[in-house]
Amino acid sequence: MLIKKAADIPSSEITPKNVYLNRRKFLAGTIISGAAAVAGMSLRELAEPTNVVQANTKIDDLQKSSFSTTEKITPLKDVSNYNNYYEFSTDKYEPAKLAKDFKTQPWSVTIDGQVKKKQVLDVDTIMKMAPPEERIYRHRCVEGWSIVVPWVGFSLSELIKKAEPLPKARFVEFTTVLDPNHMPGQRTGVLDWPYVEGLRMDEAMHPLALLCFGMYGETLPNQDGAPLRIVVPWKYGFKSAKAIVRIHFTDKQPVNTWNKSAPNEYGFYSNVNPNVDHPRWSQAKERRLGEFFKRPTLMFNGYDQVASLYSGMDLKKNF
Amino acid sequence: MSLIAEQTQTASVLGQGPTTNDQRPTTKSMIRWFKPIVFLACLAPLAQLGWKAYNQALGANPIEVITHSTGDWILIFLLITLAVTPVRKLTGQLWLIRYRRMFGLFAFFYAMLHFLTYIWLDKFFDVHEILADVAKRRFITMGFTGFVLLIPLALTSTKGSIRRLGGKRWQALHRLIYFSAIAGVIHYVWLVKADIRKPLQYAFVLGILLTYRIVVWALPKIRAKKTATLSGRRMELPRG
Repeated sequence: MLIKKAADIPSSEITPKNVYLNRRKFLAGTIISGAAAVAGMSLRELAEPTNVVQANTKIDDLQKSSFSTTEKITPLKDVSNYNNYYEFSTDKYEPAKLAKDFKTQPWSVTIDGQVKKKQVLDVDTIMKMAPPEERIYRHRCVEGWSIVVPWVGFSLSELIKKAEPLPKARFVEFTTVLDPNHMPGQRTGVLDWPYVEGLRMDEAMHPLALLCFGMYGETLPNQDGAPLRIVVPWKYGFKSAKAIVRIHFTDKQPVNTWNKSAPNEYGFYSNVNPNVDHPRWSQAKERRLGEFFKRPTLMFNGYDQVASLYSGMDLKKNF
Repeated sequence: MSLIAEQTQTASVLGQGPTTNDQRPTTKSMIRWFKPIVFLACLAPLAQLGWKAYNQALGANPIEVITHSTGDWILIFLLITLAVTPVRKLTGQLWLIRYRRMFGLFAFFYAMLHFLTYIWLDKFFDVHEILADVAKRRFITMGFTGFVLLIPLALTSTKGSIRRLGGKRWQALHRLIYFSAIAGVIHYVWLVKADIRKPLQYAFVLGILLTYRIVVWALPKIRAKKTATLSGRRMELPRG
């Protein structure tokens, strides 16, 4: 280290005391204004409304469903402001803002692969394929939180039957729209876009599997997967693909996006299972949004009627 | 002993050179009004959480917000603490040392809040579950390690501890902060699902701050070596 002798500094270069002290005050001032700026920003954040309200179209003549739970419904403001929608952002509070101007009209869905009726359908046509039902489902995220949502839609099997799958169709693959211009998250390499999910044919045909276009009696908010999504209530949330543009029937098991991202953490099946932990955290309990205490997670998220789909399967291996 | 003298002692104990400038009476009065302001600023993140909680503005998953926010502030305060020495040396603002302990203790303060959030709001004091977590979940293990490493530093942050331990030993002990910060960043990297950009930002800053220390530690050795070779050559010169 360089050590200067005092004598090396000519007296002309010694900073006058008052300047020296001012410099210090300047620095102190800088820090204070920095702290004030932080405080100011916090205050502004406090003043801003945190919830984004969106105008959606009401869906009339909703049929009730025997699949609905009687549990307390999570408030709409939570379900529409707390979204894992990586196409927009990895921050759960951001999609509500970032998806606000996302265009969901016109919207067409390609149905192809191992089906007799390969076709491109407008979302409005799909919505009229069967009478809309309200299905109040538990929804369990792989991260350990859960919600209860009154979805609107009808069984996915209605659409599948109309497409007339061929015997080779053993799996159904769902693809989310690829639109990096309007989906900022897709401009990052966080996941391999577009988002792909899949179900085994018998899973997709199970009446609980929902083709969904609304919630809380209205069309879906953009941040919840508008205009069309899948809801598979006995599986972790990420299996329920949002904003789908393609339904592809195939004889090969689809490689779903999260499985591709971390194969040891996210399987193809991803059934809600309190006995099989995520490698990094326990799945035994969950926090229902709005509740203080955690509650135990139920096998198949409480939808025991799907158990027969997996009889004889090792669910630890096929996680 | 006054606060100033005590801090000055810390500074000299750490071998950070003469502190004559810091003993100016004007500085003393400045510290008197400036330090409480910094102290309050350090409490602002907690105040903000409290205010939002009171107004039910913490969003759909308040406990998650509290956990993430306190976690962020631990890392921020650890990085600020680690930045004090480089900034001091590079700018010559020796008085900054007086804030280092406070920043370090705030890192520990937010670490305690973070830990309390975990054992209370996440595990509800279920010791069995907590132990299983610490043993099984590597991100918990890492975070827990980072927290435990801070405890001896907080306990020995008093001037009495410096005296009892002796400057050298005290300084050696307090180098644990490097490992605590590293553990904290790894904890963050390991807990996110796919988006590691934010933890990498912390890793980047920490990397710079630790590199500075490696350079400071290694440079004199390299210089000494060079000087040795140079002087060796000089000695050989006359021989042709």
